[in-house]
Amino acid sequence: MTGAQMAAAARRQTTVIPRRSAGAAISDIVFRLMMYGAVGLAFVGLGAIIYDFAGDGLPFVDSSFLTRFPSRVIPERSGIQSAIVGTIYLMFICAVLVVPLGIMTAVYLEEYADRDRWQHRLVEVNIQNLAAVPSIVYGILGLAFIVRGPIGMGPVLLAGGITLSLLVLPVVIIVAREAIRAVPPSIREGSLALGATQWQTIWRQVLPGSIAGIATGVILALSRAIGETAPLLVVGAAVSPRFNPNGLDSAFTALPVQIVKWTQDSEQAFVQRAAGAIVVLMALLLIMNSIAIWLRNRYEQKW
Amino acid sequence: MSEHVSERLEPAVEPPRLIPEPAAEAQPTESIFDVNGVAVFYGDHRAVTDITLKLRRNQITALIGPSGCGKSTFIRCLNRMNDLIPSARVEGQVIYHGQDLYADDIDPVQVRKRIGMVFQKPNPFPKSIYDNIAFGPRVMGMKGDMDEIVEGALKRAALWDDVKDRLKTNAFGMSGGQQQRLCIARALATEPDVLLMDEPCSALDPISTGRIEDLMLELKADYSIVIVTHNMQQAARVSDMTAFFTVELDAGEKHRTGRVVEYAATDKIFTRPDDKRTEDYVTGKVG
Amino acid sequence: MISLTRTPSLRSRCEGAIKMALFAAAALSIVTTLAIIGSLTFETIDFFGDVGVGEYLFGTKWAPTFADASFGVLPLIWGTLYVSLIALAVAVPLGLLCAIYLAEYAPNRVRKVVKPVLELLAGVPTIVFGYFALTFFTPEVLQGLFGLHVDVYNALAAGIVMGLLVLPTIASVAEDAMSAVPASLREGAFGLGASKLQVAIRIVFPAALSGIVAALILGASRAVGETVLVLVAGGQGPSMSVDPGGSHQTMAAFIASIAGGDLPTGSIEYKTLFTVGFTLFAMTLLLNVVSIRLVRKYRQVYE
Repeated sequence: MTGAQMAAAARRQTTVIPRRSAGAAISDIVFRLMMYGAVGLAFVGLGAIIYDFAGDGLPFVDSSFLTRFPSRVIPERSGIQSAIVGTIYLMFICAVLVVPLGIMTAVYLEEYADRDRWQHRLVEVNIQNLAAVPSIVYGILGLAFIVRGPIGMGPVLLAGGITLSLLVLPVVIIVAREAIRAVPPSIREGSLALGATQWQTIWRQVLPGSIAGIATGVILALSRAIGETAPLLVVGAAVSPRFNPNGLDSAFTALPVQIVKWTQDSEQAFVQRAAGAIVVLMALLLIMNSIAIWLRNRYEQKW
Repeated sequence: MSEHVSERLEPAVEPPRLIPEPAAEAQPTESIFDVNGVAVFYGDHRAVTDITLKLRRNQITALIGPSGCGKSTFIRCLNRMNDLIPSARVEGQVIYHGQDLYADDIDPVQVRKRIGMVFQKPNPFPKSIYDNIAFGPRVMGMKGDMDEIVEGALKRAALWDDVKDRLKTNAFGMSGGQQQRLCIARALATEPDVLLMDEPCSALDPISTGRIEDLMLELKADYSIVIVTHNMQQAARVSDMTAFFTVELDAGEKHRTGRVVEYAATDKIFTRPDDKRTEDYVTGKVG
Repeated sequence: MISLTRTPSLRSRCEGAIKMALFAAAALSIVTTLAIIGSLTFETIDFFGDVGVGEYLFGTKWAPTFADASFGVLPLIWGTLYVSLIALAVAVPLGLLCAIYLAEYAPNRVRKVVKPVLELLAGVPTIVFGYFALTFFTPEVLQGLFGLHVDVYNALAAGIVMGLLVLPTIASVAEDAMSAVPASLREGAFGLGASKLQVAIRIVFPAALSGIVAALILGASRAVGETVLVLVAGGQGPSMSVDPGGSHQTMAAFIASIAGGDLPTGSIEYKTLFTVGFTLFAMTLLLNVVSIRLVRKYRQVYE
């Protein structure tokens, strides 16, 4: 070929760097659509759930619904006062039990225990396992030991509280450990070098530095506890009681339990009121989670 | 607790001697640490070995040498900070005011109240400046006007004028150099007589470094200072005595152990050292 | 000159007592596990005194409360596996697609919206999912939108909605695992001219495989242990059929359905509670132990 012919041939070539193949472009688009679809379905699912219970239940949520007691026969005269009060009492019992026990266990595991010994590893794995045990098994535990069996206090408020506490305790321990671990070792070293003892260092430096993380975790754990139904069913929460619990040794119910009972009812009017109770439960959870997020944003220690 | 404080406020009383100090009057100044054959093990690994020297009162002693030769390990022996590492074991004696710090009946917590430490990276607590300084005295149960104690410590650390109007603000808001002076003030608040400093300026800029070096020279009058430093010029500028550390490989070329090659007046180490290894290091022939 | 010696002071005695109290708190977690295993085992052994092991494990009819009682647990195991499989069929692809999207594709602004939505979905109490499955999904979606002939209580609705419940668990653990893959691996592949899809599928996914498998197993464990969703939407009739349009009962749903205050201690029904509980616990324990091991493995590789 002459030089001119070669130059002409070179000009006819389109690009030096080849374009992306059609196949690769199509695969990319298909995959992206699949991902967007998956995320979209999650959104749609959440939206549908909220639409369902809010649509069914909001019309029923008024002051009489909140203040009346449930009737077993007449839906129009039913309310959720005993359920709300029961849930709030259970939450407090839970908080009183898990906060000290969870923090103490976390402090022991992070600050005192010898990490090289096999017992330490065993306790760690044990706690991770307990966090994954189905909640109904905790109900069985409560039934066997607390409601009946050695402690045998009967299906009362305290039994429900203790059962829920055992359920969320592993979660609180894990969260508290992470918050404590976030405190840098240099702070501990600085404190010890000044002549503080180990406990003084923990009490005056480590715990104050991790308290925001611990508090956030505790609130999230408690909000999980009050949404739990299965353990309370097995422990023997009362069905539609027309009274508030009047002491730790009183029969009780809770919002999730009331929701289950009404949902299972054959009368449609009760089923709809279950949705009303769901609205109240979700509102309560929303408040708690907002408090947790506010706490975290305001008080989180950035090292 | 209170009997300890009243003991501190009385003039120094001669402690019961466990080991008779040889010819103390002949020494130019009293030795504050008498280190005898100290070796430190992490598990089976011998990290430093054979350290024997006397650290003197009201002097600045610099520990220099390349990385990894045990200077930090050694200085942490002087206030029992190596106890914090579970596998660490210390052999030999560290005699402080006539008592072996590693004797069975010695409480490390008490040791650290008398021997203060400043770390490489400033580590103020996430509290106010005031509470940082007050922490040491508070955990000791020191009696006395806390405001005065805090002011005194900050003045001795040449920080009072900078912060006197913002004592209640968070210490994290200070610059690196100020934070390190805060840590020095914090250590001084417990009224130690020794200050250990582990590369205190390595995380700071040159101006802050200069300020802290000036501060060290001022503090020398009232305290005894031991400083680990990577910076030879710093050692030459501030210290009275210098110990040069080196690291040796064992026969199998697997384990590194640190030891002191030479310990003498700073002047001598930097101009007419006895050992060739020292000379190679200070003239920059080896890193 | 201050004394440096140890004094048996009040303070050091306090420190010792504190350490003991903390240890006791940590020991509680071991006690809990022992109590769970103990109570389940004890009653199960007692149960096998009345009912043969063979009849329990291989019988195909479960009707413990009837006068002419049958104690074959296979229908419950089948119900559990069937509903969980439907749930995983939904949650695994959707969850993994969400995870890949969040880890590899999503821009920060989108991430900030999608992650909270998934966390919200994860925080909805399971009874709300159950209500949704019964009152919306079955009538509006299955019967309405798809025109399927399913019963009011059916496994398909329970399974699909359970998939929605489990999706956030799989998505977040898998996303964690993929995000832990170091950027250097991705950069190496991009530098060789790989496309985003190729990097995500051929490099990141295999590198994070143990964490992803852990996510799947954790999701399966949650599905197996879930109680009230199936209780409310799946019906109370154990069945061995493969028809997802009919009612099925899972182990957990059975336990919740017979429990509740009035079960006499020591009766055969009481013992079935523990025996089925034991079977359920053993299944989830196996799944949890494997997944915890896998999570530890993938964390170790990159830390």
